[in-house]
Amino acid sequence: MTVPVRQIEPLIRVQSDDFDLSVETARLTDGRTDIGAVVAFSGLCRDEGGSLSALELEHYPGMAEVEIARIAGQAIDRWPLQGLSVIHRYGKIKPGENIVLVVAASAHRHAAFEAASFMMDFLKTRAPFWKQEHDAEGRPQGWVEAKAEDDAAQSRWSER
Amino acid sequence: MKLRYFAWVRERIGKAEEDIDLPENVVSVRDLLVWLKQRDDGYAQALQHPEVIRVAINQEHVDHKQPIGDAREIALFPPMTGG
Repeated sequence: MTVPVRQIEPLIRVQSDDFDLSVETARLTDGRTDIGAVVAFSGLCRDEGGSLSALELEHYPGMAEVEIARIAGQAIDRWPLQGLSVIHRYGKIKPGENIVLVVAASAHRHAAFEAASFMMDFLKTRAPFWKQEHDAEGRPQGWVEAKAEDDAAQSRWSER
Repeated sequence: MKLRYFAWVRERIGKAEEDIDLPENVVSVRDLLVWLKQRDDGYAQALQHPEVIRVAINQEHVDHKQPIGDAREIALFPPMTGG
């Protein structure tokens, strides 16, 4: 008889509001003495050398949450995690502001590093969000094009 | 059935969503893209290169061979650029 493995429930939020990395990290670690590693990744909007005044992020409400949950479920199946939080913002985001947060907690560093990296690679290519650039004058410009290197970064996880 | 469009697919078609009754010969996602493309210039522009269009049925990614079946909601969009 196999003992069922108790799996953690990831925290997943899709929101226009900002988030606080330290608050989200503390949410996973407070009161715990079994966590040995926390990897937190945050993705920020950059100004592309002054040519960009904002990114406007469009998303598919409903599917965004569901797809992030699917990806998080794969990470939880693959690595022994004690906590996993993902927050993805939408709407207009200015240079220097946060776009996305992944926090992975585990007993040891490898699982935390790898799970956070896996989450980001799949968020980039599978989560239904699209970025549109606003130029220095605030005018909407083109849609950001998907990068082949992001697809390559995602597919490396299935080669292992 | 509800169709939803995002990003430049939405802009080129000129609407975010619509309810459509599909003809019986539209069986797969690929059939749907071919059929939509001939509806008017906006669809033709959005779906000019159907191979790049990503598709979700009932909020789950599918490939173009997928049968539509009794889908409630089909979404068409460009490759994703979140994260």
